Parts: sequence; structure tokens; C-alpha cells
Amino acid sequence: MSSVRVLVGTKKGAFILTSDGKRKRWKVSGPHFTGWEIYHLKGSPVDPNRIYASQTSGWFGQVIQRSSDGGKTWEAPGGGVTMVPGEMPRGESNKFVYDTTPETGKPLTTHQWYDGTQHPWEFKRVWHLEPSLTDPDTVYAGVEDAAIFRSTDGGTTWHELAGLRGHGTGPKWQPGAGGMCLHTILLDPSDPGRIYIAISAAGAFRTDDGGNTWKPINRGLRSQYIPDPNAEIGHCVHHVALHRSRPNVLFMQKHWDVMRSDDAGDAWHEVSGNLPTDFGFAIDVHAHEPETIYVVPIKSDSEHFPLEGKLRVYRSRTGGNQWEELTKGLPQRHCYVNVLRDAMAVDQLDSCGIYFGTTGGQVYASADAGDNWAPIVRDLPAVLSVEVQTLP
Amino acid sequence: MIRVVLPFHLRTLAQVGGEVQIEIEGPATQRSVLDALEARYPVLCGTMRDHITLKRRPFIRFFACEEDLSHEPPDAPLPEAVAKGAEPFLVIGAIAGG
Repeated sequence: MSSVRVLVGTKKGAFILTSDGKRKRWKVSGPHFTGWEIYHLKGSPVDPNRIYASQTSGWFGQVIQRSSDGGKTWEAPGGGVTMVPGEMPRGESNKFVYDTTPETGKPLTTHQWYDGTQHPWEFKRVWHLEPSLTDPDTVYAGVEDAAIFRSTDGGTTWHELAGLRGHGTGPKWQPGAGGMCLHTILLDPSDPGRIYIAISAAGAFRTDDGGNTWKPINRGLRSQYIPDPNAEIGHCVHHVALHRSRPNVLFMQKHWDVMRSDDAGDAWHEVSGNLPTDFGFAIDVHAHEPETIYVVPIKSDSEHFPLEGKLRVYRSRTGGNQWEELTKGLPQRHCYVNVLRDAMAVDQLDSCGIYFGTTGGQVYASADAGDNWAPIVRDLPAVLSVEVQTLP
Repeated sequence: MIRVVLPFHLRTLAQVGGEVQIEIEGPATQRSVLDALEARYPVLCGTMRDHITLKRRPFIRFFACEEDLSHEPPDAPLPEAVAKGAEPFLVIGAIAGG
């Protein structure tokens, strides 16, 4: 019988929840990396026992952790010694260095700062780890300040795909309230050269050649908070999702507005429809129904809690515009938590399971595509990310 | 022999218990101590000072002999008591929060 493993990143450590395919009883392990912010954990689709984790701290910086046994034990893959003749032995551990080579790095030294001046790119943390669809040792990292890195040796060494920052608009990117982060990486299962990424607050971008060259894909986005609401870049994209059977169709939760593209991001149109508010962070797609999508509307961009104190997931079975509220098992009074952009995921079981974590420390799950919900753990530290592995 | 006391999270990361004892070549300075520490525990690279600039991370402090040495030049000699192993070199995570 299949089983499910839920990987939860929180403000104070990682937790791993496991259940059989019924998804009724859950075993919780953790905290792992106690006291550290775990922005994201994600397992390899090729080898589910290979899990990568982003462990970060305002004091001690960035650490990449890797498990080869499904999260039972962990190692910092760069922790080994690299010998350079004539130099002290050094580790390559956790080293994210922006490419400043003359070929690619020359124009990439600054981006726009809050006050409009140019500001140097400074690495802060890894927001998102996206393991390759074909190789367990290849993994992508979306980082703050916004850039994408790739490791092909299991997280030991990292190299920037500098064409993203260098494609031309990089100097115009500027941070959102949460920093200038590259938070979304989507690998196209039908085309190994195609990758989508999203940055707050620059927008969405696509490469069709494996990361060498990139272009903004923001046509149709409209954002009132930038001088030109229809600008090519500057949009605060919160998250993007796709269904693996139809990777040209993208769904986006923008700062405000839920958007859809049917042509790999070349053009977007709004599908917020009857949502009570179209602000939010998380968005995901049903595992077996490419037109069924989920969002968690949040009241506004300052309050960051559910409308009327009622935690409601909204589901559209029509690819947007027509939305139904899902409330069974979710708190419908005095609920003032947030659901962050990487904190929603789905499993692949026949009756698709939907999962999301809150800043109040609960992880809710529905084993019936959103009709009924229950907390599978509660009172964790604030949840930053949720990923799900469906195991044979 | 230099004695180094790491903060809890770095002890966990390096998988060490209490004090760490390291040998260095040449004069005992912040730089030589951190070089030796990172060489022995490569996972600590980047956690106390930047990978490239080697500048101290903002919320890391270096104390020894009841003095804050955080702003001393990295090549300044450490106190003799540290160099001789009589006193430890303390790596501290700055207090923050409320």
C-alpha cells in the first residue's frame, strides 16, 4: 500500500510526518535542525530517499543539508575537505557565490534598492530547492538576493545560472517586503530545457535552453503598485504552479490577482472570478485533474490573515473564475494565521490529498481533494513550507 | 594548542561537544584560529565569516579574556593567555530578540 511523507519546514526546525495511504494516523518526527529556519525541504522524484533541506539563520548563514535515507539522518554535503595545493584545506560547504566573470557577471553587480539607488547583490539564504526530475544529484536552488543556482553533485558545490540575472532587466529588480527572493522553480517534465522561475518583486521568467538564456514572461500581469502597472518586470509574483501532464498551463497567485497562462507564460489572464479576495500566497493543482486548482485567500497585503477570521481554502474545478469555498474541518472563527507561498502541496494518491501549513503551526490535510480537512499536526513553530512525497 | 568555545548551533553543526582544541602554525590571530577551525570542520565555512570576503558575520562576536575582540583586525595577535591555551577563544552568537 502506498504511503505519504510530508516534509514541513518551520521557523525553528524541520518536521517529517508519515502515514499510510489512508492518511488517518500520522507519525511526527522532529524537530530536525532545531532552532534553525528551514525554508524548504524537498525530495527527489527519482530517489525519494534523497531529500534536500535549506537550513538558514540570521546568525550563522546558509547550510544545505541532504538525507539519503528519507530524512532519518542528514549530512551537510559540502562538509568534506577540498584540498587545494599550497592552501589550507577548505570545505566547499554551502557556498553560493554570484557569478561575476566578465563573460556573464559584468553587468550583474547591482539591482535597484528601496530608495531607487543601485545596490550590490548580496546572498542571504536559499528559499527553495527543486530536485531534478531525472538525476538525484542535480538540484536547483532559488536564493535571496534573487538568483538561481544548480548543483550536479548532490549539493556539494553550487554554480549560478547567471543568464537569469544577466538577461537585461536585472538592474531594475527590487526587493519586496520579504526581500528580493527567487522562490519558485518549476521544471517542465516534457522538456528538460524549460524551467520557470518567479521572483518577488520582479516577476516570472522562463528559460528554454536549460538555464543559459531567460526571458521575462509577465505579459498580462497588472500591478497597481508599480509606476507602469503593465511593465515587463516589477510584479510581485507570489507563487506559480503547473500540472505535470500539461506544463504549458500555468497558474499564478500574484500579490493581488490569481492568473492563468495557456501558453507557457507568454500571456496571462486573470481568473480570480468570485474569490472573496484575490490576495494570497499559496496555489497548487490537483494531482489528477489539471483544471482543479486551490488557493487560500488572505485578507490584504498588510493584514495577512484570512478574511473574517475564517480559514477557507478555495477550489476551482474550471481552471479559475468559478471558485467554491472549502471549510469542513477548518477553523471558522478567530483564525488569524497566514499560509505562505511554499506551504501547500498535493499527494499523488488516487483520492488526491491536499496539504497546507500555517504560520500558527498547524498542518491541515484533506484526503478527499479538499472536501474534508483535519489538522495532522498542530502547535509547531510557524510553517514556512510543506512538500509531500507519495511513496510506493 | 588553542581552545575554542563554539555557540550551541555551531557545536551541533560540527558535531562536537564542549571546547574544541586546535593547533595552529605561526602567531595566534583571529584569522589563523578561524582558518584552522574551518579546515578541521569544513561545515563551519561561511557560518562565522563570509566565504569570500572573510568578514565576520554581523551577529557573530569574538570574545576572550573578558574582552570583545570582534572589531580587532583579523591579523592582530590574540591575548597571550589564548595563544598559550590558558583561556578559550569564544565564538558568540549575538543576543537578539525580546
